[in-house]
Amino acid sequence: MFVAVASLTTLGLILGLLLGVAARRLAVEGNPLIEEIQAILPGSQCGQCGFPGCAGAAQALVAGEAPVTLCPPGGRDVVAALALKLGIEVDLSGIKDSGPQIAEVKEELCIGCTRCFKVCPTDAILGASKHIHSVFREACTACGKCVEACPTEAIAMRPVPVTLQSWYWDKPEERLAA
Amino acid sequence: MTQYLLLLLSTALVNNVVLVKFLGLCPFMGISKKVDTAVSMGLATTFVMTMSSASCWLLENWLLAPLGITYLRILVYILVIASVVQFTEMVVRKTNPALYQVLGIYLPLITTNCAVLGVPLISTQEHQPFIVSLLFGFGSAVGFSLVLALFAGLRERLNLAQVPSAFSGSPIGFITASLLALAFMGFAGLVSH
Repeated sequence: MFVAVASLTTLGLILGLLLGVAARRLAVEGNPLIEEIQAILPGSQCGQCGFPGCAGAAQALVAGEAPVTLCPPGGRDVVAALALKLGIEVDLSGIKDSGPQIAEVKEELCIGCTRCFKVCPTDAILGASKHIHSVFREACTACGKCVEACPTEAIAMRPVPVTLQSWYWDKPEERLAA
Repeated sequence: MTQYLLLLLSTALVNNVVLVKFLGLCPFMGISKKVDTAVSMGLATTFVMTMSSASCWLLENWLLAPLGITYLRILVYILVIASVVQFTEMVVRKTNPALYQVLGIYLPLITTNCAVLGVPLISTQEHQPFIVSLLFGFGSAVGFSLVLALFAGLRERLNLAQVPSAFSGSPIGFITASLLALAFMGFAGLVSH
């Protein structure tokens, strides 16, 4: 019993040590900027920018192959953050920003075909076959994939509804601040 | 020398690990869509299987048998195999990022390839000496890579064939695999042992 415990522990320690040393020796220096950019992007891998997921988009951004305005779900905030990180001047006025949005299922039109939750990258759509689907508000990133997938046009994007948890005081108006 | 060559031949072709012993069918079906990836996967598996055969032999004969704790064999083998796979992953990532991208999730999944565990276990069961055990592991891995590459080539052709819709995809893959296994039975008389 004791021998078994001791030998397994020793073996585990030795292997762990070897792997740890190997990890240090064989470390791959990735571009830290790519990781920072990826952290700014929404991370829902929706693919609306035309790149395979947010990692691909981050690589293209760092390589200068894509404009900072590439991310439709990110809206104006993401564009501003990306421009700041990459040191690029952007004219934010031309960017359509409808504010944070989420998907909404119109229950009278939903036929329960499950196509929307098959395409949802964040598993934000609840429901089963032949049951009316519903959107899980906290998980939806407004990537819009379900809107395209819906055969009955039962899904539309709308601004995030104000709830007791998300309500906040309006910012002071200009004339009051001045 | 002839004995070792015969051993390699017998493990790679006659007692092929995939088609005769039916081990490691998961990567056999999973990564056989393209020849390039199949060959790379075969190379990575060959490295892991040879290394794990050697290290499992050392552990069995220097640690488990002397201490009388052979009942821990499977546990220890899995531990060693997982470490070797981790190490392989690091090496591949360092030396060949493109291959690392291609193999992706399948590289860590070598850990769960039952052939990698099965080969050292069979080797231990037959009380093989070190060199034989090493060659047994290497030969099995070569057989695995060979079959994987062959099968990937077949499946690439199959994509162009008109398959009845009930059989398209995996079913026709399994049928092809069985035909390939039948073909490999032809090697049965090659080496008698």
